[in-house]
Amino acid sequence: MNPQILGVVVMFVATLLLAVPLGRYIAKVYGGQKVWTDFIFNPIERLFFKASRIDPGKEMSWKQSLVALLTINAIWFLWAMFCLLNQSWLPMNPDHNPNMTPDLALNTAISFITNCNLQDYSGETGVSYFSQVFGLMFLQFASAGTGMAAAAIVFNALKDRTTDKLGNFYNYFLKSCTRILLPLCILVATIHLFEGTPMTFKGIDNVMSVQGDTMHVSRGPVAAFVAIKHIGTNGGGFYGANSAHPLENPNYISNIVQMVAQILIPFAMVFAFGFYCNKRRLAWVFWSVMTVGFLILVIPAIQAEIHGNPYIAKMGISQPGGNMEGKEVRFGATASAFWCIATTVISTGSVNGMHDSFMPVSGMNMLLGMMINSFYGGVGVGFLNFFIYVILAVFIGGLMVGRTPEFLGKKIEAKEMKIAMIIALFHPFLILSFTAIASYFTAHDTNMGWWFTDAAGKHNASGWLNNPSYHGFSEMLYQYTSCSANNGSGFEGLADNTPFWNISAGIVLLFSRYLPIIGPVAIAGLMANKKFIPASSGTLKTDTGTFGLLVFAVKVIIAALAFFPALALGPIAEWMKMH
Amino acid sequence: MKKEIIPSLILTIVCILFFSGVYPAVIWAIAQIGPNKGEGITIKDNKGKYYYENIGQKFSDDKYFWSRPSAVAYNAAGSGGSNKGPDNPDYLLQVQATIDTFTVHNPGINKADIPSDMVTASGSGLDPHISVEGAEVQATRIARVRGLDKSKVEALVKAHIDGPMLGMGPERVNVLKLNIDLDNLK
Repeated sequence: MNPQILGVVVMFVATLLLAVPLGRYIAKVYGGQKVWTDFIFNPIERLFFKASRIDPGKEMSWKQSLVALLTINAIWFLWAMFCLLNQSWLPMNPDHNPNMTPDLALNTAISFITNCNLQDYSGETGVSYFSQVFGLMFLQFASAGTGMAAAAIVFNALKDRTTDKLGNFYNYFLKSCTRILLPLCILVATIHLFEGTPMTFKGIDNVMSVQGDTMHVSRGPVAAFVAIKHIGTNGGGFYGANSAHPLENPNYISNIVQMVAQILIPFAMVFAFGFYCNKRRLAWVFWSVMTVGFLILVIPAIQAEIHGNPYIAKMGISQPGGNMEGKEVRFGATASAFWCIATTVISTGSVNGMHDSFMPVSGMNMLLGMMINSFYGGVGVGFLNFFIYVILAVFIGGLMVGRTPEFLGKKIEAKEMKIAMIIALFHPFLILSFTAIASYFTAHDTNMGWWFTDAAGKHNASGWLNNPSYHGFSEMLYQYTSCSANNGSGFEGLADNTPFWNISAGIVLLFSRYLPIIGPVAIAGLMANKKFIPASSGTLKTDTGTFGLLVFAVKVIIAALAFFPALALGPIAEWMKMH
Repeated sequence: MKKEIIPSLILTIVCILFFSGVYPAVIWAIAQIGPNKGEGITIKDNKGKYYYENIGQKFSDDKYFWSRPSAVAYNAAGSGGSNKGPDNPDYLLQVQATIDTFTVHNPGINKADIPSDMVTASGSGLDPHISVEGAEVQATRIARVRGLDKSKVEALVKAHIDGPMLGMGPERVNVLKLNIDLDNLK
């Protein structure tokens, strides 16, 4: 087999092989059963809970859980703002990076508490080591733990019983961080150390190049950062170029490790649901639906990138490596194309090539991955997004065959459906309305005043685009799609470190993070409270291929109807122009 | 909400100490037994100067194998790509200009032998590698400028091809290592 194709097959298969046992382990952690990490973490967690006066055994209702979740997230936001606005005088700043501007700090703080990691700054010059480690890296753990805790609450609610007690949020949160994220991070960080990723607190090194130019080489505590960045599907890179940077992602092996690390927990959470609720067959149905969606997006992207740019072909040179603009030779077009889709179907948003320079087919599929946002999805929240579609499919399926819509022995009624519909439609609403506003300004070349200044000091809205025409529209569409999916990758040509983009993206991020957590937790909480009806011959079976197909169809219909016009103006038009 | 503030606050503090204090300290400690104590892998030339193996360098002199174009001019205090879209007319003109420059500096080569990585900017702007084709196509120029046998230069390129790692991924040539050894070639 072609060694580049073999590479991506290995990444996928290795993830699956690791995800099943990890899923079983996660189910045990949330179920409070004995696991092998008890001996280290039992005493540590006991100490933490004692210090914070939390009784981890005290169960909460879904409302209490959400209150706790939102409170602690608000505290994290304040902490992040403090770090970013004061980093110039705080310790661990060997490169003397300045404080962030308030609008950039706002955007950065929000994008890290929401697990998005949009990064309108560049790591080398925009943040100190203190902000990286104590601000951002902490939030990479915390935001991932939040999503996983929310998923754990939903798992708990879907058990075959009637209750309003759904475990303790703090307990789920801390255990997610200590017992699931941390051990994996130590493993991934250690592998990176030996592949050549730096882990030092020393600043920029000045060296002379072979040709005699002075070079400044930015270093830092990268290995610890890059591990949680992927394990927690955060995606915020230590360096500006993210995982395209040769210190952050030194070779093909580190690339495989990072890829496996980022899809691992999103896979494992699906299996964890199966083990936890004893619905293994259903978990495999869910996983298969997600995988079909993923493959449909990833295969054309790989083909397009290998094939290369037709305009460059016309110039008479060869493209043995495919479309190489924005890509690294050590990964090649195949692994970069696989990465661009993997990072967008799950909500990582790390990049190992510059998405702005990918071919239109890849660009469209990246957008679709984020628009659907639940072919795997981010740690925890991916499952929650998927759950919304399952509820919709159960309802539609029930109507089609004339049965009462039930899921796992609980009736789906008007209230649950209303919440599910609002959450499902809110995502396209946010993306499309904000893109429309930005496009309006661009089309009229509005003078944005304080809200936007380009490099030349002009305030014209069209100045925020790095590419003209359809591709320019895609840059704006991608930015808001990435925010609403809490993804964090970008068509980075967009001049997004400006008040207009920092603030508008921040607003989208806040809504699109917390509503899709509140909605599914509320639905699950309401369902848990209902009478359990044992399955009968009148029950719509959900652990079947037919039901899987139905879920898939619901997703495609919602995404296609909502997003097709926007995609037609962006990547589809670009593709037609090129061919 | 109120009664959650104190527990949330304290839990946040202990978590920051643990995940931002203990965790990086552990990784830093492991780094001390890792390559170059976690300060980035370096290599030395025979004059004793050291370079970062993974950080690409700007090679624009005709006597060296060139690196790929870079959007950040190989200044590793930053990083990034061009972010140009594949159908951007300005970008395509720029690629054409890069091809023309390359042909002027490498007279006698067949245009179809220029691989696209030599005329497109990398994602990081610090790509340490070029493709095998990208090194081979420059061999004629190097041999001419340095007054070496072309076969000798070609053999050097061949010796610097890194194969797929564990059978996976693309073949590539580290430009820095190639040029250091080129300087040693008699």
